[in-house]
Order: sequence, then C-alpha cells, then structure tokens
Amino acid sequence: MDILNALVAILNFVIIPATAYGAQLAMGALGVTLIYGILRFSNFAHGDTMAFGTGLVILLTWGLQALGLSLGPLPTALLALPVAIAGTAALVLLTDRVVYRYYRQVKADPIVLVMASVGVMFVMNGLTRLLIGVDEIRFDDGARFLISVSQFKGWTGLDEGLALRSTQAITLVVAALACWALFRFLNRSRAGKAMRAYSDNEDLALLSGIDPERVVRLTWIIATALAVAAGTLYGLDKSFKAFNYFQILLPIFAAAIVGGLGNPVGAIAGGFVIAYSEVAVTYPWKKIAGYLLPDWQPEGLLQLLSTEYKFAVSFVILIVVLLFRPTGLFRGKSV
Amino acid sequence: MSDGAHGFGNRGMRDLSVVNPAGRGTVDGTRSSGRVHPGSAEAPFLAARDMRGGYGKADILNGCTITVDQGQIAVIVGPNGAGKSTAMKAIFGMLDLREGSVQLDGQDISALNPQDRVRRGMGFVPQTSNVFPSLTVQENLEMGAYIRDDDFRQTMDQVYTLFPAVAEKRLQPAGELSGGQRQQVAVGRALMTQPRLLMLDEPTAGVSPIVMDELFDRIIEIARTGISILMVEQNARQALEIADLGYVLVQGANRYTDTGAALLANPEVRRTFLGG
Repeated sequence: MDILNALVAILNFVIIPATAYGAQLAMGALGVTLIYGILRFSNFAHGDTMAFGTGLVILLTWGLQALGLSLGPLPTALLALPVAIAGTAALVLLTDRVVYRYYRQVKADPIVLVMASVGVMFVMNGLTRLLIGVDEIRFDDGARFLISVSQFKGWTGLDEGLALRSTQAITLVVAALACWALFRFLNRSRAGKAMRAYSDNEDLALLSGIDPERVVRLTWIIATALAVAAGTLYGLDKSFKAFNYFQILLPIFAAAIVGGLGNPVGAIAGGFVIAYSEVAVTYPWKKIAGYLLPDWQPEGLLQLLSTEYKFAVSFVILIVVLLFRPTGLFRGKSV
Repeated sequence: MSDGAHGFGNRGMRDLSVVNPAGRGTVDGTRSSGRVHPGSAEAPFLAARDMRGGYGKADILNGCTITVDQGQIAVIVGPNGAGKSTAMKAIFGMLDLREGSVQLDGQDISALNPQDRVRRGMGFVPQTSNVFPSLTVQENLEMGAYIRDDDFRQTMDQVYTLFPAVAEKRLQPAGELSGGQRQQVAVGRALMTQPRLLMLDEPTAGVSPIVMDELFDRIIEIARTGISILMVEQNARQALEIADLGYVLVQGANRYTDTGAALLANPEVRRTFLGG
C-alpha cells in the first residue's frame, strides 16, 4: 500500500505537472528551433511574443465572457486562441518587415539578427505591459478538474490523492496535435519541404524557384502560432504574469539546445528533459521517502533546490550539454 | 566571403549556440524583378552581351559576351580567376551588372531576379553545395519541380532513367551520397524544372575520370532533347570535345570564340590553355 501511495504521490506532484510543463516548453522550443534552423538566429524575443499573444488571448477571453460565450467545460481561452494567433502573427510579420528584413537584405552576420531580436524583445515587453499590465491574471474557466483528489481517493481508497487538472490534459492534447500537424507539414507538404530546403541551402532554394520571403513569412507564422499556444497553455495551467514569460525564455532555449538546435524532434525531447529535471530537483521528496522508508526521519524536506532557483537547473543542464555533447541529444547544428 | 569581410575576427558567425551560418545564402532573395523588354529578334536563344560588373568596386567581367543557340552545348574555359563562374552567375542574375544585357528567347531579362529567371526556363547547377543534404534524393528532385503545378512524375522518371545510380537511392538523404552521385542529383534537380537552358558550373569538379566521362555522356543526351547547355569546365580538353561552341575567357573578356573542335585545333589555345 505504501509503495502505491508513493507512486501516486510521484505521479501527482512530479510526473503530471512536469509533463504538462514539458509540453509547454516543447512547443516554445519548437518555435525557437524553427527560427534557428530557417532564419538562422536564436530569437530572444520569443518569450515576449508568447507574453504578447497570451495577453491578447486574455483580452479576447474577457470580451467573449462579457458576450456570454463559452466552450462549456473547456476554457474560453481556446476560443480566443486562433484570433490571438492571427493578431500576434500580424505583429511579428510587421516586426520582420521593419527590423529583420533589412539585415537579411544586407546579408548581415547572424549575430546582428540575434542582437536585433534582443531589441525586439524589449519593445514586445513594453507593448505587453501597455496592453495588459504587469499583474498576475488568472483566466482559466470551465471545468477545473478531470480527476479531483476526493474522487480519486473515493475510487481507490488510498491515503494519497491524485488530481488531473483539465488545463494539464488540454495542454497535452493541444501539444500532441500541434506536433503531429507540424511534422506532417514539414515532411509531407510542398511548403514544408521548401522550408527544410531553405534551411539546408538558401541559394539553392532560390535557384529552385522557392520564394525565400515566403519561406520566412511562413516560418514566423508557424513559430508564432506555437509560441502563442504554448504561452496560453502555460498561463491557463499556472497564471499569466508578463515577467514570467520573459523568464521562461531560458528553459525554452535550454530545451532547444539540449535537444539539438534546428532539430524539431530534439526540441520536444529537450522540453521534457528540462521540465522533468526542474520539477524533480525542486520537489520536496520527504513525503515519498516517508512512504518508502518509514523508519527514516530526515531532518529537511529532501528538496535539492528551493523553487526560487529552478532556473539554475536549466542553466546547469545547458552548460553540461554544451560541454559534453554540444550538438545536443538529437544532432542539431550547434557545436 | 572571407573572414576579414565580417570584422571582429568573424565572431559574429561563430557562436553556434545562437547563430546558424550553415547554408546561408549569398544572393539577396528580397530583390524583386524589373520589367522584361522585347529584345532583338535575330539574337541566339541565350545572348549575354558586353557584361561588365563584379562584387565590389573592381570589375571581374570586362565586356564578356556569351551566346548559346537551341540544343547547343557551349563551354567556357579559361585560367583561374578569369571570371568564368562570375559570368555564369551574371547570366543567372545572381550578380548586378553595371553594363550589358542578358537576352533569353528574344526577351531582354536583364532586370529579372534569379527566381523569375528559373520560371523563364533557366536551370542552374552551382559548383558546390548543389544539393539539399538533409532532404532525400526524391525530395531534392521535388524541390527542383517546385515551380511546376502540373504532374512532374514523368520528368522524375526521366531523371531516374538518365541516372539509374541515384534512382536506387531515392529515399536516402542526398548528403550521404558520393561526390559523383551528388552531382547527378544536382543535375537532376535542375532538369526537374524542365529548363530550356541548363547552366552547369564545373559539373565534373572532384569526381573520378570514369564518372566524368559518364556525366559528359549524359550531358550530350540532355542536349539532344533540345535543351541548350552552357557549362564552365576545368577539364577543358574533354569539355571542348563535346562542345559545339567554346569560349576562352581571360580577365573577364573573350579571348577566343570558336567551335569546340576549332579551339582544340588552334595551336595557340592548345599551348596556352590546354597544356600543349
């Protein structure tokens, strides 16, 4: 019984939250890795694009709620998501037109584009604050739980409860659908193959009659859609706070690099590696130790790192990967 | 471009955890095309006349003229640095010309960007990086047919018949093939657009003599179908043997222009450019 309780506790406090968080990171990292592979720079504005998009989702959600529209048990935000993606994509394409396009034209070194994206990040950051402010906002509605603790205890008779929040389940479903659609698009469709071709060799893509600007626009739109979806799911799952999205950039970059920059499969794997490590290292294991080793009374909480330091986990993994396997787990391009 | 052109010891291209210089382009893909004018009716199928221009301030091409007629094989030979590849790029619109014009099939296309020249029937096989390494052979050919909206399976079958060796590897990434097979994929990719003019920049660079002979045979076969061929070659003697028309370029200008056989017979050309 104690082993079962321990398993349920691990599931409830580590596996389920980390899986949802990993899926959110993976979607963010997919966008970063696509931009790295095709536009050839790491986009520092990605986190703030997520924040801006999520801000739009929240405003639209409030609007829909005021109109009395909802999706029943599902959060209203899902209804607002497509419109917010379109709006954010329009802003990102405008950014490309006024900022990045010039550097592509003059064939600037990619590091110049990285620095330009830092500038874009600050502007996006400011825009988001103007749009929605800096306060913490909860915007999830609909059913809160698929499985609640009391239900679970009733079914199983265990001491330890298990909850599956609907936002966690939605995160996994949306992330799985997004990944499936993305891989199908990249491997099967003409436009997707053109994106991979452009990533391989820009000049040859041009010689094949592929319009490079079209590939660039498509890449921005896909990356933005992934970013806004990831940001919305993250916000639904936890809460929205503009500054958190700036901070989440680090685990997202870490996920993309750990998986292998430029490799979409790697981005997904990297997202989960980072999420599991972060949650496992910051979780107090005392309760689980109590089930497994009842005689042992540890003094502390058996928490390796307090949650304030969770970003250090991404940093450490990032450094270790760059030192020992710089191309990432799935042979990306970074060396 | 050399490291020096980037400044700061080229650091802007080196930190691969934030930048990805692999496969970067050299051609401005944002340039849009200008207008096409009717050219002189008498001109050959391809007529690039009096081309002057280069990459920086100094010109590489100094009034060079290249023409090819329908179904002809034209070969450009010359010493290193004569501007052979530059002439090809200029014809393809990858280099801004200061003077001169490019006419294709009676139309002056000097103002078109490379993408639009492909749509007008020009195919170009660069000397290096001429396949998409992470795409399969088949996907490489599909990308060649990118501008086509019709059913291109027949053209793909023709390419596979022309190059049976790559047909066997159609599901392998092109980057895993040998040098000779890669050249075949590169030529195949260009053929997929169904070009009327096929331009090859040193197609036999780095391949064995046997593969070279075979490639030349294939090129003759392609020309027999009515496609004009313009190629730059280091293996000048072998290339001139199959050429209807040969150009000897020196310092960006035409030194000798004649049929391939006549150039091979010319003692001056033999002594100076063909090593006796």
